[in-house]
Amino acid sequence: MNAPAYNFAYLDEQTKRMIRRAILKAIAIPGYQVPFASREMPMPYGWGTGGVQVTASILGPDDVLKVIDQGSDDTTNAVSIRKFFAKTAGVRTTTHTPEASVIQTRHRMPETPLTEDQIIVFQVPIPEPLRFLEPRETETRRMHALADYGLMHVKLYEDIARHGHIATTYAYPVKVDGRYVMDPSPTPKFDNPKMDDCAALQLFGAGREKRIYAIPPYTKVVSLDFEDHPFEASRTPKSCALCGADDTYLDEVVTDDKGGRLFVCSDSDYCEQRRGTETSA
Amino acid sequence: MNPLLQLTGVSKTFTMHLQDGIRLPVVTDVAFDVDAGECVALAGPSGAGKSSVLKMIFGNYRCDAGEILVRHNGERTDVARADPRAILKLRRTTIGYVSQFLRAVPRVAAIDVVAEPLVASGIAREDARTRAGGLLARLNVPERLWALSPATFSGGEQQRVNIARGFLPDLPILLLDEPTASLDADNRAVVLDLINEKKKCGTGIASIVHDDDVRARTADRVIDITRFSASLR
Amino acid sequence: MSDAAPLLLAEGLTKYYGRQLGCRDVSFSLYEGEVLAVVGESGSGKTTLLQLLSTQLAPNAGRVRYRLRDGETRDLAELSEAERRFLFRTDWGYVHQDAALGLRMNVSAGANVGERLMAIGWRHYGRIRGSAVQWLDRVEIDTERIDDPPLTYSGGMRQRLQIARNLVTQPRLVFMDEPTGGLDVSVQARLLDLLRGLVTELGLAAVIVTHDLAVARLLSHRIMVMKGGDVIEQGLTDQVLDDPREPYSQLLVSSILPA
Repeated sequence: MNAPAYNFAYLDEQTKRMIRRAILKAIAIPGYQVPFASREMPMPYGWGTGGVQVTASILGPDDVLKVIDQGSDDTTNAVSIRKFFAKTAGVRTTTHTPEASVIQTRHRMPETPLTEDQIIVFQVPIPEPLRFLEPRETETRRMHALADYGLMHVKLYEDIARHGHIATTYAYPVKVDGRYVMDPSPTPKFDNPKMDDCAALQLFGAGREKRIYAIPPYTKVVSLDFEDHPFEASRTPKSCALCGADDTYLDEVVTDDKGGRLFVCSDSDYCEQRRGTETSA
Repeated sequence: MNPLLQLTGVSKTFTMHLQDGIRLPVVTDVAFDVDAGECVALAGPSGAGKSSVLKMIFGNYRCDAGEILVRHNGERTDVARADPRAILKLRRTTIGYVSQFLRAVPRVAAIDVVAEPLVASGIAREDARTRAGGLLARLNVPERLWALSPATFSGGEQQRVNIARGFLPDLPILLLDEPTASLDADNRAVVLDLINEKKKCGTGIASIVHDDDVRARTADRVIDITRFSASLR
Repeated sequence: MSDAAPLLLAEGLTKYYGRQLGCRDVSFSLYEGEVLAVVGESGSGKTTLLQLLSTQLAPNAGRVRYRLRDGETRDLAELSEAERRFLFRTDWGYVHQDAALGLRMNVSAGANVGERLMAIGWRHYGRIRGSAVQWLDRVEIDTERIDDPPLTYSGGMRQRLQIARNLVTQPRLVFMDEPTGGLDVSVQARLLDLLRGLVTELGLAAVIVTHDLAVARLLSHRIMVMKGGDVIEQGLTDQVLDDPREPYSQLLVSSILPA
């Protein structure tokens, strides 16, 4: 069967240029949400179109791509997106983190520390960390412009008042380079420290909301907290049932209908490496 | 002598715009002095303008012509021409006014009503309350009433709260509008004493008193307002 | 009241909405600790004036000058957005007639009061909460309700919470737009009493817009009567209310129904 002729990585070159300009601007202003002309992609909004557009714009023929969804390479979305790029860009794909040059992720950061040769692209649903507190876009833009972030602390205060501790467990707001408050995408707060001083370039794409933001390598990323309620990168205090790791983020798997459950590493590749099993890319 | 209070050529006319602009002259060319330590009584029938004169001195009413000079701390201020800030300052530091009726604010306790002017002038609240209590006791206002709002008091009780409030601070000029009107003999006597004590301290007093006896025992001079009354001509 | 320079100066403030006059040529000086009531009926221009003074509207003519904490008097139109917002958050208060406009209804009372503190950099939860407790107490809200959102509060409580939220940063100037509007009479009385006490205790300067002369008499030292966008009369409150000079002022004063 003859495949239809796609431009490399689906998007036309002009669009990639526009997106790259947005990425450059985002890198120049760490944590700042740069608007971009998000295109219609062959998947609906809410399925990672922002991440896909960023990846498409930075991919070159020699890149090696890894796609994960909630830490796993073999969930439906990860598989679909990986196949999408295999088809439209013809790039090599992998599930092995150290092998990848570009990693697109939904809602998790790999356990393996990233290197300077890697770029990680996050899929972001709602880029605005203040959105649920302040629905007006005009007002949130002004707050960012004036570094007027008291409202963010109101949310954290509320958590402590209501639950005794800051209840936000994912999409935990951070301050980037001491200036902009940013939503790290719905990654668990356990992953926040990985974003601080990370050797890799971190890019964030929100397709429906049409925003791109970035954290350049080795940038300071601090999770917001109170002096008397400091940030904790908490995790389930259990070990992985498969590899025995006690310092990774765990998924809870229901095994039967009698209440049986297992905890396993969310990062499937990392877990496999620890177990010494190789799977084909 | 340099009088504390000096009125010259003071005139007032009410213009009732709602009644086709009828002009009601009240007083014309009022002139008199009050020296430190003396009590000057304004006399005359109802409607002659006595209350209006006191109100003009206090800045509550405007006057159309004339001067109302008040001397304090080496400065002389003309109330008739003073701006609102200056009048407010005078009321805090120089001129006290005991009106005929107490405008009772619903939730403020009697003791605080009395203490308020002292607190406003910077005295600590507890201290001001103690002094207020002393004066209220002297005026035979029972202690069980001190924490209540005077809004529920009888006319006589309200008047005594009013008097306490006016007499408590040490102001060089005191204006009294019928201070003994609703009082029985005992309390009238207390007020008499209070007035004479103020005089001894050098306070200059201008008062309106209907009771001949009280007037006789407090006033050093009597000014017949009918001389200046425009409404009775 | 201090003898320092005036805190707020309005000079020839004029505002038109297209051809419709909002207010015209309003001037006055307000000193620290002074309360000015702006009274008038609907359409008098009093709310327009309040919004001009608090820089929520820009005038067509005239200016507003304000003496900042550093002693310098600046034309508010020349301040940057950042400076103006900072002023609004620290030195000023604005009490809306509808408390829901001045509060975050879905956030707890404690967070409402603490927000300004957090906005100026307070980062200790315990201390922020402690301050909120103190203020709730001061405005006579049961401190047990600190974690409840104002959605669950009565109208009078919401208004008191709004006041606490505004006063927590110890502003020097408070703008109030019909602070007792829409409240039950007994609730009004309590609120007015509270305001009176706080204004005196904190030495606040205030501009209070109201159509209720009793509120003006109780709370203000000076009064400005407005009608159709013009200032009809201004002066000492008791003087203007007891000895009104202008026809409209006399009409206004005589229109009060006796209780």
